[in-house]
Amino acid sequence: MNTKIENKLTPVRIIAFVFVALWLIVAMFPFIWTLWGSFKVQADFFSKADWANAIFGFHTEKQTGNFFTIDGYYGSWIEEEFWRAVINTSIVVFFTVLISLTFGTLGGYALARSTYRYAFWILMAGLIFRAMPHMTLVSGYLQPFFAWNVWGILPTTIIVLVAINQPFTLWMLHSFFLNIPKDLDESAMCDGCNRFQAFRYVIIPIMWPGVITTGLFSFLLAYNDFTVTSMLLSDENETMIPAIASFLGTVQEEGKVMYAVAAVVSATAPLFFLVMFFQRQIVSGLTAGAVKG
Amino acid sequence: MKHSTFLLFTLPSLSVMFLFIAIPIVSVFIQSLHIEHKQVIIVSENCDPFGCETTTSVDTEASAKLKEKAPLGKFNGFKTYSNRMHFAFDEIGEAWNSSDSFIAFVKKIYNYPLYRALSFTLTYTFVVTPFVLFLGFLVALGVNNLPKLLKGPTIFASLLPMIVTPLVGSLILFWMVDGDGVIGATLQKIFNDNSLSLKASPVLTWVMLMVYGIWHLMPFSFIVFYAGLQTVPHETIEAATIDGASKFQRTRHVVIPHLMPLAIFITLILLMDNFRVFEPIISFRAEAHATSISWLIWNHLRESAYPLYNAAGATSMITIFCVGILLLPVLIRTWRDFNEKNKG
Repeated sequence: MNTKIENKLTPVRIIAFVFVALWLIVAMFPFIWTLWGSFKVQADFFSKADWANAIFGFHTEKQTGNFFTIDGYYGSWIEEEFWRAVINTSIVVFFTVLISLTFGTLGGYALARSTYRYAFWILMAGLIFRAMPHMTLVSGYLQPFFAWNVWGILPTTIIVLVAINQPFTLWMLHSFFLNIPKDLDESAMCDGCNRFQAFRYVIIPIMWPGVITTGLFSFLLAYNDFTVTSMLLSDENETMIPAIASFLGTVQEEGKVMYAVAAVVSATAPLFFLVMFFQRQIVSGLTAGAVKG
Repeated sequence: MKHSTFLLFTLPSLSVMFLFIAIPIVSVFIQSLHIEHKQVIIVSENCDPFGCETTTSVDTEASAKLKEKAPLGKFNGFKTYSNRMHFAFDEIGEAWNSSDSFIAFVKKIYNYPLYRALSFTLTYTFVVTPFVLFLGFLVALGVNNLPKLLKGPTIFASLLPMIVTPLVGSLILFWMVDGDGVIGATLQKIFNDNSLSLKASPVLTWVMLMVYGIWHLMPFSFIVFYAGLQTVPHETIEAATIDGASKFQRTRHVVIPHLMPLAIFITLILLMDNFRVFEPIISFRAEAHATSISWLIWNHLRESAYPLYNAAGATSMITIFCVGILLLPVLIRTWRDFNEKNKG
């Protein structure tokens, strides 16, 4: 009986349907358009005369003989050496996620199990730290980093990203560990384990769902960062996002905007697959903080 | 948990936060109180039979020595805060005296970088946040009404604008609204005006940035509200239906109160994220018409030949102060909740 009501087509449902359809177009169209356009030449992608050119590749066919070209990708990856930025991004992201999660699980576990008042204060400090615009922190790093001669190298950026990531990681893993019953590790401790052994043999085997979810968000933070990476990395150590930003400066004048378009699509593709495979975890991660308040 | 074990567990995490978040905040403050050394200049007079000539040169050795002695620069007190790059107190006083109307006064103030950046940042924050909340809620209601089969793909598509790197996402939109891009060219055709450019007009630039902001953050509020809708108690809805409440009344009096705590959580996150708006300004190259506080700091550090550490420091401190004000209500509330919980 319930299903019958749910499937009835009322005006409200039609409005809702149209509204969601509109949103989907707004959300998806830019990506589809850019992905398709990245395989065209500039005269098509930026076609003032007729937007249909970008779909059918009128100029692309004239210039390259085929309505489909990978010139933009060749130009950005090989000529402009975008592959270097991709390698740098991989290094930065991998180590940021690894170190963030290691520090975060230890800290989050302790915060969830401590009954003292200072645990609350640490979480509050974390909330304040989370709110700090990254640019304000970066402006404090430059002088000391120049003085110590650690500016421009990947390890510095990695540790800074870990630190900036820490408040969020702590909050998330703290609320995740609160959901694991205390009795589990406490009974292990009754059996003669110390706190570290209880953590190692009881908590670690069951913590992976929460850690993976948190790891996804650490990944996103490191991958998407522009503020820190653009200010703290030298040109040869540049990661993808600042590389795209500097493309814009150099490439625009030379009529090579398609290089930047190809680079943008290349940087978006991994995120696309990430959402595809980890949709459930991302949704649960976004709501985890909210539902617990 | 024992204090010592707690310390061991949290030590790595706390030390990175202390070293790279807490100390930089303090160092930014100190930085803002100092000013770069002036170069030491030697004036020498060369006299020859035809007359005397004075030449000036930079004494690099003395300058370097000065820098070594006080690497932070000369102590400058709060003067950086009051100069024309920041609060511009003197200039404002003058503007107040010389303007004949309030609007003229406001226009004059708007010329100073900090006020410019603040006005955009605050407008952006307080326009984007309510829109994101409201539209996200509507989409969540809409998706909740969809047949089950469509829900998964809808959520997948909705997540993309949020997950994609802000710089990249705004670039994608920027290319589309470009005069030759698909949206820009179409708009020109619709209004039959070939010079119509979203980039040239200040108002349209602001609108464009805010539309981007809404597009980027709406998925977040949608997902959280959608998750919240799944937890609305069925019995209450049924009871309201039996009592004759219409669909709208049920939403208004049952669903919305139930989602209120979530709305507060979303607002908090949105305020924090919107206040640091930065990347879209780079992507849209909007700095001629719209600058944000984060952009201002970046500009102090990057655009000039020598980074203006003192100016960046002062702007950062002002930013931190504003963030503090934004967060204050939440902190007070949490503190109260915590105390009540401990008493109970």
